[in-house]
Amino acid sequence: MEFLTGMTILVVYQLIGEVMALLLRLPIPGPVIGMALLFLTLLIRRGAPAPLDQAAGSLLGHLSLLFVPAGVGVLVHFHRIGDEWMPIGVALVLSTLATLAVTALVMRVMMRLAARGGEG
Amino acid sequence: MRADLADIWVYLSASPLLGLAATLLAYLAAWHLYRRAGANPLLNPVAVAVGLLIVFLLVTGIPYGRYFEGAQFVHFLLGPATVALAVPLYRQSSRLRTLWLPVGVAVLAGACTAALSAAVTARLLGATPVTALSLAPKSVTAPVAMGISERIGGLPSLTAVLVVMTGILGAVLGAKVFDLLRIRDDGIRGVAMGTTSHGIGTARAFQISGEMGAFSGLAMALTALASSLVLPWLMRFAARLI
Repeated sequence: MEFLTGMTILVVYQLIGEVMALLLRLPIPGPVIGMALLFLTLLIRRGAPAPLDQAAGSLLGHLSLLFVPAGVGVLVHFHRIGDEWMPIGVALVLSTLATLAVTALVMRVMMRLAARGGEG
Repeated sequence: MRADLADIWVYLSASPLLGLAATLLAYLAAWHLYRRAGANPLLNPVAVAVGLLIVFLLVTGIPYGRYFEGAQFVHFLLGPATVALAVPLYRQSSRLRTLWLPVGVAVLAGACTAALSAAVTARLLGATPVTALSLAPKSVTAPVAMGISERIGGLPSLTAVLVVMTGILGAVLGAKVFDLLRIRDDGIRGVAMGTTSHGIGTARAFQISGEMGAFSGLAMALTALASSLVLPWLMRFAARLI
């Protein structure tokens, strides 16, 4: 019953997010709006109810399972990926390394600047 | 007897139950293998499960479309799981309050780097424009990336595959890059992991620490937000360059 209540909260917030995105013609995806609204709710309530905690924990504990069906879609694109495996492969590896490094380094610089600003 | 078995197979291969059961079994097998190997990142459970399922579909001759009729029940949960990220985010809200500016700037820089470096590299090495555009949102979580891909002129289903590949690559390479750059703060590691490798990176981050997972989840959500706002504009600009 707890899990059901928690899942219901998540699905209802997603639904509200999707409806808001459509009504207000927002370019932001529905689930992301739903997440922002739930976050605001938790800040106002000052805490997550136990059923929500449980459902969120179960879903996030095996988050990677949810990507498996999309990954199997590689079957549909065997030809394109086979023809263009070199540019795709190099672009994926280089871009992944660059994104990891740029994000981490920018955040470290920003944190140092913020710390210095705080002292001064 | 053989005819009976054949009849049962015809029924099963047309029913969504088989695709769903195969997805769950493949993931559980991959998960146990990963645990047995001492959580070796090279045996990423998504990569192993996808490999097992591809072999299964090729051997049985079941087309992807029919497989997805069953697997969509798992795929659908990506939406509620994105909403669920609000919970770990809330737990980190006190640390977040002091870090919102560094996190925001880092995510924006990372999201632009991901899209531009992937699309430009692929195009320079001879990929078709459609492939390059499909690569652009590859660091964004799957459902959002597919929407962006459609808007900028890529192939959403190809983007979904590239998103999963990027997720696995980031989960495998992340720790090495952080060690090389001497980044030890779990907050920074989490933000870089989530910006680069969305949910797959976040799943890996949660295995390292709760703090890294929460920051990764936050970065994944912010990357989805920033990319849906910035990428359509950024790619129009990049199209003139490449």
